[in-house]
Amino acid sequence: MKPAARLTLFGVAAVTFAVIVGSAVADIRPNDWYADFVNRVTVPERQITDAVTAVNFDIRGFDTLGEEFIMFASVLGVALLLRRHRDERDGPPRDRAQGRDIPPPSDAVRILTVALVGPVVLFGIYVVAHGQVTPGGGFQGGVVLATAPLLIYLAGEYQSLCRLAPRWLMESAEALGAGGYAIVGAIGMLRAERFLENWMPLGRAGDVFSGGSVALIDWTVGLEVAGGFILLLLIFLEETLVRRDPA
Amino acid sequence: MNGLQILILLMVAGFGLAVVLTRDPLHLAVVASFYGILLGVMFFLFQAPDVALSQITIGALALPLMVLLALAKIRRTERSR
Repeated sequence: MKPAARLTLFGVAAVTFAVIVGSAVADIRPNDWYADFVNRVTVPERQITDAVTAVNFDIRGFDTLGEEFIMFASVLGVALLLRRHRDERDGPPRDRAQGRDIPPPSDAVRILTVALVGPVVLFGIYVVAHGQVTPGGGFQGGVVLATAPLLIYLAGEYQSLCRLAPRWLMESAEALGAGGYAIVGAIGMLRAERFLENWMPLGRAGDVFSGGSVALIDWTVGLEVAGGFILLLLIFLEETLVRRDPA
Repeated sequence: MNGLQILILLMVAGFGLAVVLTRDPLHLAVVASFYGILLGVMFFLFQAPDVALSQITIGALALPLMVLLALAKIRRTERSR
């Protein structure tokens, strides 16, 4: 496409977009009844103090199930695209670019990253476990948990990473997390008539063990997200480090 | 809207332009990471801590990481040719 044509296309699209967004914004009226309703209902009905988690995993729990499978499908897509081809075989897991040996990480980097692994894992578990009490939850906590293997890799311990987080384990965690969400919902259908209906004791608002099945869903999402992200990391690292020669 | 909120909105607009104008993908990973943190601060200042947490973990962490790993993969493939 020529620059002039591209600019014309952009101009038309930008003006159309501005008109549509402008009219939509002009149409917004102050209407807080939904937020008020959610804020009023979550503590007495579900013992959940973080209204966002209540919306994500209970009130609109079915939407989140769909979102989780979007993530599941994307990780699956990457794994499929970067799979080992039939006419390739693995070389040793190191960069074999000539004259460019990668220096090992310095002692400072190693100490810092290794020291950070423990706190990061603890913080990730904290964020997942307190999803129904404070901001955070399975998704955010799962990503925090997934950074622990990255720290191990940064410390220069690729082999330890492969031992600690083998691919089959991460694949199982991701599958278990994604399936677990649906199973929690299905149990709700069996025990309380509706899909994703709460079927666990609600506990007391503000406790770690509160919110009923929302807390359980939080854990399945955390498992799925952590597994999925670590799987992505493993796939990409393998792609980068393991040399694949055409057989 | 208070002063901090206006300031962060202006910063987000400015650094958004910087992200678009960064042409080198390697530099982009760093600039986009910083932009992700800024967006996180913006969400926090507008009282959305849940979204801020997601934004920081994804925008400032996972996205640049994926860009870097993809770059490493591409460069290695080019070198072996």
